[in-house]
Amino acid sequence: MSKTFPADSVGLVTPKRHFFDEPLPLDSGRELPSYEIVYETYGELNEDRSNAILVCHALSGDHHAAGYHSPDDRKPGWWETCIGPGKPSDTNRFFVVSSNNIGGCSGSTGPSSINPRNGKRYGPHFPIVTVADWVRSQARLADVLGISRWAAVIGGSLGAMQALQWAIDYPDRLRHAILIATAPKLSAQNIAFNEVARQAILSDPDFRDGYYMDHGVIPRRGLALARMLGHITYLSEDAMRAKFGRQPKGSSGKLSYSFDVDFQVESYLRYQGQSFVERFDANTYLLMTKALDYFDPAAKYDHDLSAALAHVQAKFLVISFTSDWRFSPARSREIVRALLDGDKSVTYAEIDSPHGHDAFLLPIPAYLDVLRAYLNRVAEESA
Amino acid sequence: MTELRPDLAIISEWIEPGSRVLDLGCGDGTLLKYLQEHRNVTGYGLEIDPDNVLACIKNNVDVIQTDLDAGLSDFDEDSFDYVVMTHTLQAVSYPHRLVKEMLRIGRQGIVTFPNFGHWRVRTQLLLKGRMPVSNALPHAWYDTPNIRLCTVKDFEELCKTQGIRILERQVLDHTHRQRALARLLPNLLGEIAMYRFENGSR
Repeated sequence: MSKTFPADSVGLVTPKRHFFDEPLPLDSGRELPSYEIVYETYGELNEDRSNAILVCHALSGDHHAAGYHSPDDRKPGWWETCIGPGKPSDTNRFFVVSSNNIGGCSGSTGPSSINPRNGKRYGPHFPIVTVADWVRSQARLADVLGISRWAAVIGGSLGAMQALQWAIDYPDRLRHAILIATAPKLSAQNIAFNEVARQAILSDPDFRDGYYMDHGVIPRRGLALARMLGHITYLSEDAMRAKFGRQPKGSSGKLSYSFDVDFQVESYLRYQGQSFVERFDANTYLLMTKALDYFDPAAKYDHDLSAALAHVQAKFLVISFTSDWRFSPARSREIVRALLDGDKSVTYAEIDSPHGHDAFLLPIPAYLDVLRAYLNRVAEESA
Repeated sequence: MTELRPDLAIISEWIEPGSRVLDLGCGDGTLLKYLQEHRNVTGYGLEIDPDNVLACIKNNVDVIQTDLDAGLSDFDEDSFDYVVMTHTLQAVSYPHRLVKEMLRIGRQGIVTFPNFGHWRVRTQLLLKGRMPVSNALPHAWYDTPNIRLCTVKDFEELCKTQGIRILERQVLDHTHRQRALARLLPNLLGEIAMYRFENGSR
């Protein structure tokens, strides 16, 4: 028996794929001889193709941003709160596209794909990809879909970095860039966390120099550890205190006097780590963290972000969250300031939220109101 | 569109078409929206209140959520023709610094504020011995956002000490109308004071 989906959900969706039989040049100097991109679309493209929105995913996201793959799915796509009929990214008005980044592990060409040049799995030989590489591949997908100009490119965190890169690299191909909970480049502290995450994976004996799939194993402990570390940075201290405090795991409340789980927070992190291993690939995790570390669009412009943004044509909405310490409001303001330097159109909202970096995925009314109001403007232009 | 509040109408008269305007404490963006639509003006509003930020977005006004007390260092020298601050001067921690900042980043400044020298304000304190409450100053002393109230004379004195040249002055009553008598006795009869000014050294 099929269950019914909520009325404000896009409901059942089927991923699509496109095979690109031309090489993709990469920032590293290497290239992908050919590649496949898996993506989903929600809503209808209008006649003059002016109502398309590209949603870019963050580190552990994928193309499944909204709806359900099967009636039995326990959870909808990762941005169900924002995408759907009547939601801020209103699928009654917009044609929303969400693709899985190259190097990913959800269907687009990545480390677990076969290298057509030698018939072997890429594994650790998959080239390092950058945010600009992703944007280049997304631009080709836009060509395939017949979208010469996005109404908006939207993303949170690493996804917002792609939206920013879009505005820099293809200034005339998007009308709006919506950047949520992001930074113009990583700080030393951000890179440090990524490096510890990578070391956790690299030092797992089951990593096997990246050939773990060929050996039929998974670096479970390393990948879980990397995810646990990530989760600490996604939450604020207040959010952790509110969510777990020092609550004991068991009902007895007695300490175990061992290295077993005593507190709820430990149990939460272990669960997050273990469930992540079931759905994510270690080589992809390594690639994604590198893409984050390397992101620095101002570097080409003598490290002057204002210069990097001097030629953008898109109008910007920049959103940050007060308790986000991974990419704090001050980091968003760096982007706003650079846009102001160039007299660009920009709106900046700092959402009061205790939820840390995670906030960008949560149904926070003030946040969704801002998105809705702004996207309403975008929709009115597209109509 | 409903008619623009008279004080905002006066400001829009003061602003040359096609200018770049920064509106400090822009509220729901009414002034900028009007200026964009009728005076071909571009610019931004700065606002701290999230509901007002949302209203600005709905009004198609570029708004930067910010605390004016944190300063305006995000803005470069001379990046605007006008920096406007309506009914906000009295609510910031360091009005004298902000006025200076306005003229650092803008060619001219425009401010409006409730005049604490108005006769009704004076009599409430003098006769009743109570902190004044009026249409222009509706809050009780304990929850007022207005922490730096001043009079027409005070503001003009501040301009003098800061080397600021006043280009224009208007005083209005609490319904934002101009009254003939108030022109003669602005500090006594003006409930709302409006100024346009620039650096004296220009």
